[in-house]
Amino acid sequence: MEFFKSVPHIRFMAQRQLCYIISAVLIVGSVVALAVHGLNLAVDFTGGVVIEAAYPGSADLDLTRAALRSAGYPDVAVQNFGTSKDILVRLPPLADKEPATAVTQKIETALRTVDPGVQIRRTEVVGPQVGKELVVKGFTAMAVTVLLILIYVAFRFRWKFGVGAVLATLHDPFVVVGVFAVSGMTFDLSVLAAVLAVLGYSINETVVVFDRVRELFPVMRKSSALEVFDRAINETLSRTVITKVATLIVVIGLYAFGGEALRGFGLALIVGILAVTYSSMYIASGVALDLGSSHRDLMIQEERKAAADELP
Amino acid sequence: MNRYPLWKSLLFAVVMLLSLVLALPNLFGEAPALQLSRKDGGLFVGAEAVQPFKDLLEAQQVIPDAAFIQEGRLLFRFVDVPSQLKARDLIESASPGAYAMATTFASRAPDWLRRVGLKPMSLGLDLRGGIYLVYQVDTDGAVKQTLQRLERDYRTALREKRIQYDAVEGTTSGVTVTLKDAARLDDAKAALANVDSNVTLTTSVDPGNAYIRASLSEVQVRQRADFAIQQNITALSNRVNALGVSEASVQRQGANRIAVQLPGVQDASEVIRLLGKTATLEFRLVDQGTSAVEVQQTGHAPLGTKLYKDRSGRPVLLKRDVIVTGEQLTDASSSFQQGEPAVSVRLDARGGDEMLRTTRENLGKPMAVVFIERERQLRDQDGQKVAVDVTHEDVISVATINGVFSNQFQITGLLAREGQELAKLLRAGALAAPVYIVEQRLIGPSLGQDNIDRGVRALIIGSAALFVFMALYYSAFGLVANLILICNVVLLTACLSLFGAALTLPGIAGIMLTVGMAVDANILIYERIREELRNGNTPHAAIRAGFEKAFSAIADANVTTLIAGIVLFLFGTGPIKGFAVVLSLGIMTTLFTALMGSRAVIGLIWGGRASIQRLPV
Repeated sequence: MEFFKSVPHIRFMAQRQLCYIISAVLIVGSVVALAVHGLNLAVDFTGGVVIEAAYPGSADLDLTRAALRSAGYPDVAVQNFGTSKDILVRLPPLADKEPATAVTQKIETALRTVDPGVQIRRTEVVGPQVGKELVVKGFTAMAVTVLLILIYVAFRFRWKFGVGAVLATLHDPFVVVGVFAVSGMTFDLSVLAAVLAVLGYSINETVVVFDRVRELFPVMRKSSALEVFDRAINETLSRTVITKVATLIVVIGLYAFGGEALRGFGLALIVGILAVTYSSMYIASGVALDLGSSHRDLMIQEERKAAADELP
Repeated sequence: MNRYPLWKSLLFAVVMLLSLVLALPNLFGEAPALQLSRKDGGLFVGAEAVQPFKDLLEAQQVIPDAAFIQEGRLLFRFVDVPSQLKARDLIESASPGAYAMATTFASRAPDWLRRVGLKPMSLGLDLRGGIYLVYQVDTDGAVKQTLQRLERDYRTALREKRIQYDAVEGTTSGVTVTLKDAARLDDAKAALANVDSNVTLTTSVDPGNAYIRASLSEVQVRQRADFAIQQNITALSNRVNALGVSEASVQRQGANRIAVQLPGVQDASEVIRLLGKTATLEFRLVDQGTSAVEVQQTGHAPLGTKLYKDRSGRPVLLKRDVIVTGEQLTDASSSFQQGEPAVSVRLDARGGDEMLRTTRENLGKPMAVVFIERERQLRDQDGQKVAVDVTHEDVISVATINGVFSNQFQITGLLAREGQELAKLLRAGALAAPVYIVEQRLIGPSLGQDNIDRGVRALIIGSAALFVFMALYYSAFGLVANLILICNVVLLTACLSLFGAALTLPGIAGIMLTVGMAVDANILIYERIREELRNGNTPHAAIRAGFEKAFSAIADANVTTLIAGIVLFLFGTGPIKGFAVVLSLGIMTTLFTALMGSRAVIGLIWGGRASIQRLPV
């Protein structure tokens, strides 16, 4: 089987200005969605109490809320979790050094008044300072990753490629986070891990295109840089599409069959992979091109490399 | 001809064979088991230790599936949960209170695998169920305690030298002494330096007043904070061990946190109560005037004495006057003195003075250390739960005073293991830095099982769909890619088992992502081969060029993903770290299998043929 019998001749780079606008809209949209809806941050980040419980039959959310209210928790959030029998109870962070077990036991007792057969599947109590640190750590991790990747790509290619790669890479988590803001799905630790994995994946994709550009520049001496970029994208297009299909098959499996705990992780990766495909083709190459990447940039490196090879 | 170098093919074959063996224990799954540990801290040694228990169980028709010793603990594996529970009751009723017993799971892997030291990946808390606690150690509080101690010692030192002062005040990072008489500044400085020579002292004089500022160096602050954390880790480890939970762990997390994992445990409040005990120490003289056994029989302790028991239950009669308490202990460590195990103890200045006075007057007499543990228990009182503080007091050491000493001394005459144990207890009993729980997670066993089922189901469905796709799209080469993917997962499993990593749900997701991304390396190579074929190259040249030209893209692409994985590992905790480990290891196994393995397999199948008309790619 073969989808691409011959190398296509799509003029990707001609559309790059349009794609800059699309990306700008996507990023602004994400920021607006973040500002308006905010992220539905999990207890990992906000601190607080989460209890997952399973009723033997269908859960009565109103009754549950009433029982918890009369137990002294008026600002409790109760929702279904996965199935109609499972519920998730969320409470804001406890006062400093308040004993967590007392609270979880009270909630358990309250749930039992609704249905004595209720089964507690999970309780999590996270102090507010833990969550704050996680947010700081998450951002630091992202900044460090981007910086290291910039250095690596600049070292292996040229700084113009590095900037293109980093802009494309930064673009992708914005899209993922934007989708989570709009959909209101819970953003938890595993989603954060997925976003960071998308960072790595995005750069992976960009590098494959750049690698082909690096290879084509010496061969296509008479062509313009734009033509070289276009040809590189076209020549790698088959691989790009097949790889995306292969990875998406697996990730959709995670999303559909991994249960509630992996759903957010799966969604972040699905959105991330789609964003990555687009950004590695248009944004990374476009920026590298518009920064004035030319034969000279890579030829110098080739010569240097050749000179280095000749050293004893 | 297009053969891959033989040694490279062989290397790949050997690595894969080895990985198969390493990954093998994971195939057998787990069965309910019972774990026994001795409550006196002793270890089970030798196969004969197993026999009496086996006889006891078999006499009641409870036949263990396997029985062996693991890290000094006995493990019995059973076919089902009822026999596991029955065995627990039988052993408890045969020797009540002698053993800490924990119901757990043991691998069903055959004996020979275990004997050569091969173990399956353990399951993380999210898959097995259990309790996860994170304690925050108040290191600032610990430093403050040190400053308060310094303040007190300075007052005493100045009084002893009859140097008058206006004030001795603690600040956030040191102590300021204000003297009445500037002329005695040097005397005062000498006196303070005598208390603790490591503290930096600076003097300043303004009209009418003279000041001495004492400040702790950064090193001292860090040492104090470290001691506080080590002390709490020791205390928590001791109590966790006493719970007898298998695969429990107590680990330092970041600068000032301690993470405790208790797989399989479900009663959070009980565990937190047991872990939240506070301990202290008292050094007292032994009363030699009356026989302790006599006092125990009559129940009348003479005036000024109190009856205690040591850890094996023998009575010891001690004087009521306390020489030194745990609050004055600053360090304790086990060491060797002239080839003999010993415990070195350090006290603060005040404790040193007391010890000097006592040892001078009581040379040759025995001195005892009492370990006091307080825990808060909930008791029923008129139908109401009331918190009661319960105190346990044990004599942990009785030693003869062989010389006059003050704030540094050794306790000798111990076995090596006793020395370590005593040092641990002494540290645990030193003034404790306050701790509190900042994170607490409890995962029920049913959720754990669900997570396993769903994770594995997602893995199987996703991989199967991917295999079908690859076989359809690349025909025979697709099958090679699938074989390489399987090799990749086997190698990854082997690495994780070898490193003793715990498998978590994010870990399963990491394996899936590895599979999804590893296939990319093969696709890069195959697309390259197709391109070369389209350009009119011969099949052999296409294979060679495909691998060569794809190499730089594969290497660069994977290194950048590896960067992301390593950063995740460095900044992440808990689940993120687990995911990062799998992702990073997965990238390395991908590079190995895709570059070396694919080449070897393709070389083996097509490389030997002199002429190929068409490549099935």
